[in-house]
Amino acid sequence: MLCFHVCAGEIFELKAELNSDKKEKKKEAVKKVIASMTVGKDVSALFPDVVNCMQTDNLELKKLVYLYLMNYAKSQPDMAIMAVNTFVKDCEDPNPLIRALAVRTMGCIRVDKITEYLCEPLRKCLKDEDPYVRKTAAVCVAKLHDINAQLVEDQGFLDTLKDLISDSNPMVVANAVAALSEIAESHPNSNLLDLNPQSINKLLTALNECTEWGQIFILDCLANYAPRDDRESQSICERVTPRLSHANSAVVLSAVKVLMKFMEMLPKDLDYYGTLLKKLAPPLVTLLSAEPELQYVALRNINLIVQKRPEILKHEMKVFFVKYNDPIYVKLEKLDIMIRLASQANIAQVLAELKEYATEVDVDFVRKAVRAIGRCAIKVEQSAERCVSTLLDLIQTKVNYVVQEAIVVIKDIFRKYPNKYESVIATLCENLDSLDEPEARAAMIWIVGEYAERIDNADELLESFLEGFHDESTQVQLQLLTAIVKLFLKKPTETQELVQQVLSLATQDSDNPDLRDRGYIYWRLLSTDPVAAKEVVLAEKPLISEETDLIEPTLLEELICHIGTLASVYHKPPSAFVEGSRGVMHKRLPARTGSPDVGTIAGGSGTETAPSIIPSQGDLLGDLLNLDLAPPTTTGPPPPTSGMQMGGMDLLGGGLDSLVGSPMPPRHASGLVPWHSSVDDLCPQVWLPAMKAKGLEISGTFARRAGVIQMELTLTNKAMSVMTDFAIQFNRNSFGLAPAGPLQVLSPLSPNQTIEVSLPLSTVGPVMKMEPLNNLQVAVKNNIDVFYFSCQYPISMLFVEDGKMERQVFLATWKDIPNENESQFQIKDCHLNSDAASNKLQASNIFTIAKRTVEGQDMLYMSIKLSNGIWVLAELRVQTGNPNYTVSTEDGWGTTGGAVDSPSCVYVVCGSCYEV
Amino acid sequence: MIGGLFIYNHKGEVLISRVYRDDIGRNAVDAFRVNVIHARQQVRSPVTNIARTSFFHVKRSNIWLAAVTKQNVNAAMVFEFLYKMCDVMTAYFGKISEENIKNNFVLIYELLDEILDFGYPQNSETGALKTFITQTGIKSQSKEEQSQITSQVTGQIGWRREGIKYRRNELFLDVLESVNLLMSPQGQVLSAHVSGRVVMKSYLSGMPECKFGMNDKIVIDKQGKGGATDEAGKSDLGGSGGGGGKQSIAIDDCTFHQCVRLSKFDAERSISFIPPDGECELMRYRTTKDIILPFRVIPLVREVGRTKLEVKVVIKSNFKPSLLAQKIEVRIPTPLNTSGVQVICMKGKAKYKASENAIVWKIKRMAGMKESQISAEIELLPTNDKKKWARPPISMNFEVPFAPSGLKVRYLKVFEPKLNYSDHDVIKWVRYIGRSGIYETRC
Repeated sequence: MLCFHVCAGEIFELKAELNSDKKEKKKEAVKKVIASMTVGKDVSALFPDVVNCMQTDNLELKKLVYLYLMNYAKSQPDMAIMAVNTFVKDCEDPNPLIRALAVRTMGCIRVDKITEYLCEPLRKCLKDEDPYVRKTAAVCVAKLHDINAQLVEDQGFLDTLKDLISDSNPMVVANAVAALSEIAESHPNSNLLDLNPQSINKLLTALNECTEWGQIFILDCLANYAPRDDRESQSICERVTPRLSHANSAVVLSAVKVLMKFMEMLPKDLDYYGTLLKKLAPPLVTLLSAEPELQYVALRNINLIVQKRPEILKHEMKVFFVKYNDPIYVKLEKLDIMIRLASQANIAQVLAELKEYATEVDVDFVRKAVRAIGRCAIKVEQSAERCVSTLLDLIQTKVNYVVQEAIVVIKDIFRKYPNKYESVIATLCENLDSLDEPEARAAMIWIVGEYAERIDNADELLESFLEGFHDESTQVQLQLLTAIVKLFLKKPTETQELVQQVLSLATQDSDNPDLRDRGYIYWRLLSTDPVAAKEVVLAEKPLISEETDLIEPTLLEELICHIGTLASVYHKPPSAFVEGSRGVMHKRLPARTGSPDVGTIAGGSGTETAPSIIPSQGDLLGDLLNLDLAPPTTTGPPPPTSGMQMGGMDLLGGGLDSLVGSPMPPRHASGLVPWHSSVDDLCPQVWLPAMKAKGLEISGTFARRAGVIQMELTLTNKAMSVMTDFAIQFNRNSFGLAPAGPLQVLSPLSPNQTIEVSLPLSTVGPVMKMEPLNNLQVAVKNNIDVFYFSCQYPISMLFVEDGKMERQVFLATWKDIPNENESQFQIKDCHLNSDAASNKLQASNIFTIAKRTVEGQDMLYMSIKLSNGIWVLAELRVQTGNPNYTVSTEDGWGTTGGAVDSPSCVYVVCGSCYEV
Repeated sequence: MIGGLFIYNHKGEVLISRVYRDDIGRNAVDAFRVNVIHARQQVRSPVTNIARTSFFHVKRSNIWLAAVTKQNVNAAMVFEFLYKMCDVMTAYFGKISEENIKNNFVLIYELLDEILDFGYPQNSETGALKTFITQTGIKSQSKEEQSQITSQVTGQIGWRREGIKYRRNELFLDVLESVNLLMSPQGQVLSAHVSGRVVMKSYLSGMPECKFGMNDKIVIDKQGKGGATDEAGKSDLGGSGGGGGKQSIAIDDCTFHQCVRLSKFDAERSISFIPPDGECELMRYRTTKDIILPFRVIPLVREVGRTKLEVKVVIKSNFKPSLLAQKIEVRIPTPLNTSGVQVICMKGKAKYKASENAIVWKIKRMAGMKESQISAEIELLPTNDKKKWARPPISMNFEVPFAPSGLKVRYLKVFEPKLNYSDHDVIKWVRYIGRSGIYETRC
């Protein structure tokens, strides 16, 4: 809509004025041109005329012309050259203000031909006698680097810039630091900033003398430094703390960042550690009296700080009370922090406040306040009763969104305190009709299903929801399905029809794959083994824990390193919103060095246990359902060797244990069984701990993708120096695995940096039988040393895609293989029918050749081809209703080793299909 | 760093647009207009991310200032810069209005060129800027003048130039406090704090070293322990405290103008500095303990049936009877469905303002230890709105001639080694003003 066309007449008029002899008239004309430019009109046609005005001793006019040049030079590169001479001349002007102006402007003209001419004047200006010119030239290096990085390196400007860090003028130092920090960001591995105790000392000295902005640049740069030990860390902290009294909030926040980061290294029993903690609280509180926009930034940061170190602000609850006139964004953030700080000591006050808030005008705020009451109930057990009665009061107000929000949180309270507050269910049911939001409907349905035996008309209630089944959102549909199945298992006699209805709605009439799958699972469960179904669906649920919406610890650490920046406002790592963040560098907190627990990341005081996380409201329902499906907690996965009949040889080895025996390391800290887990996305294991490899940590996993075996490595540099020249080699192994290419670590790995590398493997390397069979010995080399480690890969990785045998061949081969090569074992607790199992196995290249049913048993005949051409044949017996499978295998290799290994994979695959 | 800076009028038309980084295009200007200025709902955050571009904005009357970036910038710095930018503009041409911006656009571009280089904030002290960015065109400068300018802009004392001369050395200290209160209907203090500022206007020659002292508990206790006689007491500027004669006060936290040597404060808790010429905010502080609450509000709201409310509010002043509070205003919110209000008050004037949904009761002056009362009958229209009236708190405004925190200035010593005037020759003035911040009582 702002598309202006400057009419030819106007241009003509301006042209005439620009070429006027009178200085005043000229200046007025240039002003008019700039005014047109500002509103978006295209006045580039006047380029030569404006440039003609450049040679003037009137500084104001010169500045205007420069402004014009910066805007249009890029679109008129050839004509921009006309300006070069004047620039070069101005860089020699006796007036430092003009020299600086010229070099500043030249850096903003992004035309290659001009940048060539810029080098010489810039070199002079970097060494100018006047600090004003030097500080401008320092920034100009960053500008030039943005246009042509190579040129800056070739011309040696980076070294000159480094020298400026020792300049006598604090502002020159500050700008040099800013420029270097920016350049270093695009070369994550260059040792550009080369922070060492000497340069840190210089920076700390300049810190006391430079402008508020300079202090921010320096503090932000300091935050990237890794002190050698706790002593150095303390001395830096001591020199940074005075900044906490600065009037500029950004200086304060950057100082807080440095302190929060370096504090990690201080031993907790140190007196100074306690002093520092105490010093942090008042300035953070003071930030809340700043302008609202800054308050918002401060609150987002305090939210992080409170999660990392709750002790700092635990006595400051009151300052987070919401003021009536706070902007809504401040109110919402304060509320968040209030809940985090709520404890037994202050809960009465908090509740009184929250009750006030629940009567305010802003809908979002009121909802959040209601939700907060529920969170308090879960967090502070002593207050649960009062919270519930407060929520009931709020439900009585009948304000629609308040009621819905209250029901959602009451569901959580039921989860946390089972068999305590169910008396309120009647009140909740009264409001059934007014619920129009999916989340509230789903919560209510969950409650009805969960307590079906206590609600006389549960079937009627659920039936009433069923009428509009297809108009409901997925969330509600899923919940309704589960609730009705629960109801059926509790009152099977009256509700058979209802359950039939919902199962057919879910499986036949729905396009939603989640809903269909869940429907089928229930259906099969109910039809095969109702007792097992009961055990699964009505299994006891683990309690939900108190802390909610916590940021995941590694992300939190990274965000703490970004205090004050946009990342801390968005609560997202910079890579999530910065385009092309080259060489994504994840910042991490340093490890404590003074105490023996090297390498552990200190989270709060020693006695604290890391708070476990329950997912935020939105995810909760999904997870509840996961729980319903998870195996009953009493029956753990079978021990790996229980069902195997093998000759006492421990061929399985430790590597397979991780697949077969021990469950996946829980990724949800709440202990929920992960929803998806297949061989392919195993959690990486640490293969080479940093302690054993001079600071290099290697973890990894294996995967087969599109027929190629991949070794996924994660390399982390935990040492203080940069690592380069990586290479990898394998020892001879059972299946001839070898790297198909070099290890692709292109850029040097700087301290605390992590890189993920995918290494394709071939199977044509030299063969040697290993013990265990799937053992792989690896050597990794870098500029520091050579390191050795061994790991084990899942055999299923070696199953090739063309492993489907002809039926006839299969029959013949089966007969040909001697009986000694056969082994048999059982897979326990696999609740899948034979078809589903077969499909799942096929995904891992285990092919079903034939199937027949004998005496109620499904017999599946399957074939597997290993990468070295060996065939493994298997027979899988599945008895309907019996979760245990029997597998017999034969292979053509003749060694039991091969035979035993592969079925174990069959188990793994079965296990994974069971879970999905 | 900051990639660009735009100023818009209330319609979203661009008044100033300055781009510092190549990654910010003209489309960013429009994106902000469409998504924020023209957005229908209330502003939900001062930081907006549109298509991977982040916009920081502040509003001054109906002018929008927006800083744009694509990088992970220091967000606190960007806002501080925007505020500073407003200060600088105000110092140059007064109120930030569309007209003023349009009339001074050349100046603004010149300023933006100077105080932001490639998106990095540079020296933005008006004192320094005014020496070489003027509205009247640059006078031809001598070489000495030029180097003086550059050394000041980049120097350690960037806020003050050398060679300032006054015939009469004079300084004014204003202790300005705003007292904040949130009280429950039962008269329980839910939260209270004072946020105070010490504003200094100085007209001193040369480069004067100043030292400022107040009745800070930590300092007084330290001196008491040391057994040293209070030598500073001799030059005590005195102060007319309003409440009790408190000896010292506990300061929760304070921040200082950048002229104050922070490391010295951290080590010895002494406040020493070379002040900028003219006015500056020397210090900000916050106290929460032993605050003198100048007024107490006692509300009584009674609902008579569904269509009538009876409100009675008593205010009591709580300071020395010899002092006078001024500009007292009590704001009693009324429900949205109010149809009529009848008010009787003992003192001052009270009016029902329908547009503001409140009864506003104004009293010009009131001495300490007095009380006054207002009663009102509010007629309500019957509504079928199920939601109860939220009852916003009763708020109050006032001004009192003392510092509610109890802060007292003990001394401000001036020392100029090169010129021949001493601390005694400086004429010093101190004034205390306590104002209401957010002073609310729930009803």
